Amino acid sequence: MAKVRGAVVVDTEKCKGCGLCVDACKFHVLALSATVNLKGYNPAYMVEPENCTGCTNCATVCPDTVITVYRAKAEA
Amino acid sequence: MNLEDIIKPENCVFKKTELLNDKPLSFCPGCGHGVVHRITMECVEELGIMEDTIGIAPVGCAVLAYEFMEIDMQEAAHGRAPAVATGIKRVWPKKYVFTYQGDGDLAAIGTAETMHCCNRGENILIIFINNGIYGMTGGQMAPTTLEGSKTATCPYGRDTSTMGYPLKITELVAQLPGVRYVTRQSVHTPAAVRKAKAAIKKALMLQAEGKQGTCFIEICTNCNSGWKMSPVQANKWMEENTFKYYVPGDIKDEFKLLKNPIAND
Repeated sequence: MAKVRGAVVVDTEKCKGCGLCVDACKFHVLALSATVNLKGYNPAYMVEPENCTGCTNCATVCPDTVITVYRAKAEA
Repeated sequence: MNLEDIIKPENCVFKKTELLNDKPLSFCPGCGHGVVHRITMECVEELGIMEDTIGIAPVGCAVLAYEFMEIDMQEAAHGRAPAVATGIKRVWPKKYVFTYQGDGDLAAIGTAETMHCCNRGENILIIFINNGIYGMTGGQMAPTTLEGSKTATCPYGRDTSTMGYPLKITELVAQLPGVRYVTRQSVHTPAAVRKAKAAIKKALMLQAEGKQGTCFIEICTNCNSGWKMSPVQANKWMEENTFKYYVPGDIKDEFKLLKNPIAND
């Protein structure tokens, strides 16, 4: 059966580290990084990339639109 | 399947709309304004009306809206956005005109302009961002501040015996016969964002069909800096407290029989 795999790309320099995407992701894909960007915020990154389904919930709640979402069908 | 196989242009399902430029937004981390900016521009892009849309920027946190939205914008004096929008719409009746206003702008200094614009039934869309505080000037009490909320100018909580009650301006304008579509939405969860987007899209489509009447969309957002909370906490607080007083949902809809805008997605 075909399985859907997703991936997100975060624009780390524009991310303000608010954590709303981390809260919105029901699969616990995202987390805030321990490193800081040029503005001093902790940007979001994919901590569990294999759980991502590309549902776009994180990008929908992101106030700064720093998340781009990709989705592809994969053979299980 | 590697990440490189997924991250390809043909697999992209969500990217930033081209009507928002690359300047970083001037809002605090987690502020709902950014989401409303985005969904408004997404609606304009999806309806293909970017060349015919004119937005009116307010005074307040969203004062720089014209810097980020890549459409024709006009800045208005504090609270006077509906008056400016009236002028623009009457000169160009075929254009789509919306105002984007906060609660200090629309419900405090601009109450007269808002009420009379709605009473005249101007064929414009008013997007009203209600976060219950004056965010830009440092978190002072607004007319929409909830009873008991602590702000810079009511440090012991809003006391209704001396400071009055939170103003439900959305319910007030819903009484006016010139207003045809009034709804209250929020942007704190993905589902709420999609509903708010559908409401904005519907209001813009009503202007396209030439229906006479004002559309008024209130969007409840957080102000985590003003409320002194983290963005996630502020959204939870809003769900538990704000929605008890400002109940989300359609308040007035004279166009219920029209096609659902979500069906176009």
